[in-house]
Amino acid sequence: MEWVNAVVQGTLLGGLYALFAAGLSLIFGVMRLVNIAHGDLIVLGAYLGLSVTTLLGLHPIAALIVVVPAMALIGYILQRGILNQTLGKDILPPLLVTFGLSVIIQNALLETYSADPQKMNAGALETASVSIGSLSLGLLPVLTFGIAIVVIASLQWMFYRTSLGRAFRATSDNQEIAQLMGLNRRHIFGLAMALALGVTAIAGIMLGIRTSFDPSIGGGRLIFGFEAVIIGGLGNLWGTLIGGVILGVAQTIGAKIDPGWQLLAGHIAFLVILAVRPNGLFPRINE
Amino acid sequence: MPEPILKLNSLDAFYGDFQALYGVDLEVSEGEVLAIIGANGAGKTTLMRSISGLTQNASDMVKYRGGSIGALRADQVAAQGIALVPEGRQLFPSLSVEENLMIGGQMGRKGPWSLKAVYTLFPILQERRNQQSTSLSGGQQQMVAIGRALMANPDLILFDEISLGLAPIIIKDIYAALPGIIGEGMSALIVEQDITKALSVSSRFYCLQEGRVSLNGASATAAREDISRAYFGVE
Ligand SMILES: Nc1ncnc2c1ncn2[C@@H]1O[C@H](COP(=O)(O)OP(=O)(O)OP(=O)(O)O)[C@@H](O)[C@H]1O
Ligand SMILES: [Mg+2]
Repeated sequence: MEWVNAVVQGTLLGGLYALFAAGLSLIFGVMRLVNIAHGDLIVLGAYLGLSVTTLLGLHPIAALIVVVPAMALIGYILQRGILNQTLGKDILPPLLVTFGLSVIIQNALLETYSADPQKMNAGALETASVSIGSLSLGLLPVLTFGIAIVVIASLQWMFYRTSLGRAFRATSDNQEIAQLMGLNRRHIFGLAMALALGVTAIAGIMLGIRTSFDPSIGGGRLIFGFEAVIIGGLGNLWGTLIGGVILGVAQTIGAKIDPGWQLLAGHIAFLVILAVRPNGLFPRINE
Repeated sequence: MPEPILKLNSLDAFYGDFQALYGVDLEVSEGEVLAIIGANGAGKTTLMRSISGLTQNASDMVKYRGGSIGALRADQVAAQGIALVPEGRQLFPSLSVEENLMIGGQMGRKGPWSLKAVYTLFPILQERRNQQSTSLSGGQQQMVAIGRALMANPDLILFDEISLGLAPIIIKDIYAALPGIIGEGMSALIVEQDITKALSVSSRFYCLQEGRVSLNGASATAAREDISRAYFGVE
């Protein structure tokens, strides 16, 4: 029973990792940009959530109404102002620039909020639980997992069923020909980053309710996100959710064996899958 | 003679340091079909890229409906009603046949072309509309590429070697469909290796040789010897 519990908890944790990963997956899919600052942007989302809850007295979940559009706007400006200029045949400039961005965000957070760990107060949501049979599940992890499913399903729908998604796929296929269709790729990339950071805002707030955070933890979230994306297969959103779940389950099982093994078990699961299936479990068929 | 819809004023075009076009002057009248001929590497595709904005040039080298569009981006040029059927078709592999057509019409320009009109022109595409565009035969892919350009309801359409790599019977079909396409009052520029074909569908022609216009004139009265001299650059 304890093992079943570990698997279920790990699965729910995977929902959070899928939220970390979804934005990463989206922007890589649309513009082949590997965003080293992604983890720090998640943390920025958490801090914005913290500010909104303290300034406006909102519940962290309600703060999403402010933080998601704010992060989306930051994403659009960031893309049009800086990142578009780095995109080209050479893959090094975007890596260097997003690495620099990562350092800048960390330092700005440090200046603004200090290095002290912070946490958002979600009241009863943090302790409430639902029992299924003999399992007791925290309401927060269940909610996070549910949000992850809704986010991934919405992104999937947007990508394959809307004109915006069509524009994303066309621009990803062939930027020049997409321009001929009247699509300004700079604007399309801006929209993709806006969407990705909107999702990142959700990830940041769910993270900030679940655990305490400080400006330095972005790197670790980036790694979890990367691992989830790569386990699931690049460019496959549902794969990303499964990747997150595999990572989460590996971590909780590792922790069950020995509390010190939690992170290590996740990385080992990642390496094993990468060794067996270098393209991840469900790579997009077109690649 | 009607106003020219497109006018190139001593157009120079470059790939980095390499100059591909030298002082090309050219005019297309409203409703006119113009053929561009020339050997491999003569600069035909570069000409199409310069007009459509994929290659940017000095602003007043390309005039369209009186405005200077030489320095505009391709999406801005497209919005003004110029569509390109690119060499090698270049469909979007992640999009189905129908999605490829729909994205061609995403600017929402008004005109006679719609999904329905394209399917009437090429009925086979309706049957295949949910297939991946890359699963079609070469000829069908070319139909999608043409349909995609038409969906933009352009005033000027550019065809870059639409018969390249296709079976003769398919080429015949596609050329048979051309009058129905261009008859709607559109102007067209047709790049074609097959000189006879090019002359038969156009009212005037320009021949490019090593980036320069080596000959131009009325298609109906063009003398073969003049063309082969202008084409190959040998006596
Ligand atoms: N991307 C590029 N970079 C550098 N040079 C190029 C590029 N594309 C074309 N060229 C050069 O520009 C010149 C004109 O090429 P262009 O493609 O316009 O010729 P074309 O008439 O369309 O030939 P083809 O019949 O083979 O399609 C050629 O000398 C070609 O080598
Ligand atoms: Mg060419």
